[in-house]
Amino acid sequence: METTAWNGFAGSKWKKFIDVRDFIQNNYTPYEGDDSFLAGPTQNTKDLWAQVMDLTKKEREAGGVLDMDTKIVSTLTSHGAGYLDKNKETIVGFQTDAPFKRGMNVYGGLRMAMKACEDNGYSMDPEVVDFFSKHRKTHNEGVFDVYDAEIRKCRTNHIITGLPDAYGRGRIIGDYRRVALYGTDRLIEDKLEQKESFGRVYTDDVIRGKEEISEQIKALKELTKMASFYGFDISKPATNVQEAIQWLYFGYLGAVKEQNGAAMSLGRTSTFIDIYAERDLAAGTFTEEQIQEFVDHFVMKLRCVKFARTPEYNQIFAGDPVWVTESLGGMGVDGRTLVSKTSFRFLNTLNNLGTAPEPNMTVLWSTRLPIGWKQFCAKMSIKSSSIQYENDDMMRPIHGDDYGIACCVSSMVIGKEMQFFGARANLAKCLLYAINGGVDECTGVQVGPKYRPVEGDGPLDYDDVMAKFDDMMTWQARVYVSALNIIHYMHDKYAYERIQMALHDRDVKRYFATGVAGLSIVADSLSAIKYAKVYPVRNEQGIIVSYRTEGDFPKYGNNDDRVDEIATSIVTTFMNKLRQNHVYRNGVPTQSILTITSNVTYGKNTGDTPCGRKHGAPFAPGANPLHKRDTHGAVASLASVAKIPFRDAQDGISNTFSIIPGALGKEDQVFVGDIDIDLSK
Amino acid sequence: MVGHIHSIETCGTVDGPGMRFVVFFKGCPMRCMYCHNPDTWDMKGGEEKTVDELLEQYESLKPFYTNGGITATGGEPLMQIDFLIELFEAAKKRGIHTCLDTSGIMFRRNNPDILAKYDRLLKVTDLIMLDIKHIDPDEHKKLTRQPLDNILDFARYADEKGNAIRIRHVIVPDITYKPEYLKRVGYFMAELNNVKQLEVLPYHNMGVVKYEKLGIDYPLKDTKPLTNDDAIKAKEIILGAMKERREELGK
Repeated sequence: METTAWNGFAGSKWKKFIDVRDFIQNNYTPYEGDDSFLAGPTQNTKDLWAQVMDLTKKEREAGGVLDMDTKIVSTLTSHGAGYLDKNKETIVGFQTDAPFKRGMNVYGGLRMAMKACEDNGYSMDPEVVDFFSKHRKTHNEGVFDVYDAEIRKCRTNHIITGLPDAYGRGRIIGDYRRVALYGTDRLIEDKLEQKESFGRVYTDDVIRGKEEISEQIKALKELTKMASFYGFDISKPATNVQEAIQWLYFGYLGAVKEQNGAAMSLGRTSTFIDIYAERDLAAGTFTEEQIQEFVDHFVMKLRCVKFARTPEYNQIFAGDPVWVTESLGGMGVDGRTLVSKTSFRFLNTLNNLGTAPEPNMTVLWSTRLPIGWKQFCAKMSIKSSSIQYENDDMMRPIHGDDYGIACCVSSMVIGKEMQFFGARANLAKCLLYAINGGVDECTGVQVGPKYRPVEGDGPLDYDDVMAKFDDMMTWQARVYVSALNIIHYMHDKYAYERIQMALHDRDVKRYFATGVAGLSIVADSLSAIKYAKVYPVRNEQGIIVSYRTEGDFPKYGNNDDRVDEIATSIVTTFMNKLRQNHVYRNGVPTQSILTITSNVTYGKNTGDTPCGRKHGAPFAPGANPLHKRDTHGAVASLASVAKIPFRDAQDGISNTFSIIPGALGKEDQVFVGDIDIDLSK
Repeated sequence: MVGHIHSIETCGTVDGPGMRFVVFFKGCPMRCMYCHNPDTWDMKGGEEKTVDELLEQYESLKPFYTNGGITATGGEPLMQIDFLIELFEAAKKRGIHTCLDTSGIMFRRNNPDILAKYDRLLKVTDLIMLDIKHIDPDEHKKLTRQPLDNILDFARYADEKGNAIRIRHVIVPDITYKPEYLKRVGYFMAELNNVKQLEVLPYHNMGVVKYEKLGIDYPLKDTKPLTNDDAIKAKEIILGAMKERREELGK
């Protein structure tokens, strides 16, 4: 018998199979109006947010961490219910039994977890230390059992950086909507069928597959139990919008209780939720104010997700980000917009709760989006500086219309694709290794293969350097992919994301994400070598540690093909070198050019470069031109970046750029956007 | 022919409708006390560019300018009117929206040769942004070291030719921010038939840095930037006067 929770919902495929997209397509209401329907915060919302602000202040005063569990390892059911104010919260659930009390995640790595305690003035319970030292191996230990000397040297000399070998890799988005639409009973039933579907031929893959699905089923059962602590039965489908948000949030909460991942993104939930909102509005079950309150409280919870991390981690990621990315809007493949009223309600939380970096509101931008939505996005961007935009017109042809963004730019189809996160290869350093025959310019250690270095003191020869660089990239790509293979093997084995993967199909596409840092440095350096005269400067050991440049050269970021083509060809070349390697679990290699946060660290660890950049000077973020090298305005700079082929950088290309609102056009009261003279008034 | 170009701003968002490719011309006969581009005054320096070079660059960035186009500003673009005509004629052939940001100071109605050039130019100009620096002839001379009459004459001439005009007026405390002057700006606008827009620009002192770099004394050192509220007031006074006069004129 069909559940009454689905009364009024159209379509049939999604009822037979787990298929959230089909449910959305059959039931959602595109919204093409403006923001005038939105409701402000309720008194309860204001009170709760004041409480959060107060806790935030106390946390800051306490030096960054207010409370931390050091005894109980965080699992789905490790902690009882936690509340801000039970009577006022319409959406509930914290990672531990109290808000702002950080959970302890050990499976990623014991040492990192211990250090996270110590650096914040706590110490891990000796019994837990003992248990994880003697009885239970962690991901980190597994990885280092296999790493070879070459990989270790690459790590310590920072030519390969930020590898998720001691912390959770993150970047996996569970389809949390499934919890709301189907309830966990149905999901478990589906998983049992999936387990059977492996058959009886026990290859390594089948054994691993069946074991993982068993873990997923256990996780779904524990998630049901976790929700019961709060008095909810999520084994059955959600029956209204409040429950839909609550069920969905429980799914997400389960993930952030078990995984301290480098990015724990939410997916694409707003228009899914909107279907319930529309049904409840039509039936008079809830008012606009109430629905906005649910969304506000949901977002408030997302803002309270916290992990125990070390200062070093925070240095890599410039702070303590969770990357609760929610992808909003975009267009459907049938031409209808996927913007709904709840897309507006999500952005409206920036009004009701004020500005915050989390959740990372990401607008999937299309030129065809409805004008009311575009205007509201622009208005909220000016007001909050908190909205990220990504190119839906570019990603939709690849992923269809039910993909989401993990972290800042990694796109994947929700519930059908996941990614193995893979940090960065420092390409600028690779170029220096090519010049110095594999010797690190900062430490003097022979890290790379002992290829023939640049000889003599004459100007660097472009063809010679390019040939050497090509060889060195081949080496770097091999070591890099090897390290990642080991990491993801061990992460699957010792820190498996069971609840997130329980909210995926059986057979998922696994993107094997890699990334590069220093693209603009490489492009400008090669351009300098090609178009100007670059003389090497050696230290006493004969290592080239600096450069003297005569003449000018084209710089990346000015829409100048002479150098932009160097940049694009490097991206394609390195991608092809990555593709030449064996990849764990049939992963599909992708590459990103998106360093957003670690550019200062890269700069410190990379010596002088032929482009004139000095040792210690920060890298430009992502695919940005180097600081102050773009002299033709933002559009020329964007045009240079836009030349990078997406097919060879499918995990994302970023161009970070700040602009004062006034420079984006005349928006304020003086100009009111319209300067037209209306003589009728 | 080459133009003497000070610089290009590829992301122009405040110089005409939409996002624009803004070409800053070298050279200007005016010496406005608040000028924020004193580095464009003389014809020296800058880069020599051909029309083809500029439009090629424009074409490579075209997707960004779907609602915009090209803006000639400076400096005073009309100092290089031959190059400007060539640029705008070529741009129009390619369907590019053209916008001229000018003070109108170079206009001479009595010289047939010059006038013929203006006729050619106005045919290929979609929008004229006319900067009226000061509406009072004596004050204008003090503020810019140049006379006002040809500027207003240019406005009338372009108006006669049917060109769309946007009036830009910088509101400077103590200099143009006086009700009497603001009203006179409105009265003048009322005489014209093709003024579509009014842009009041509150005075700012962000150009000071350039003066320091160029080693020129900045004449308005003691003048404070105008507040937005005052700018709104100024706009209302101008528009009020414009409407009042239009009614008197039976428009």
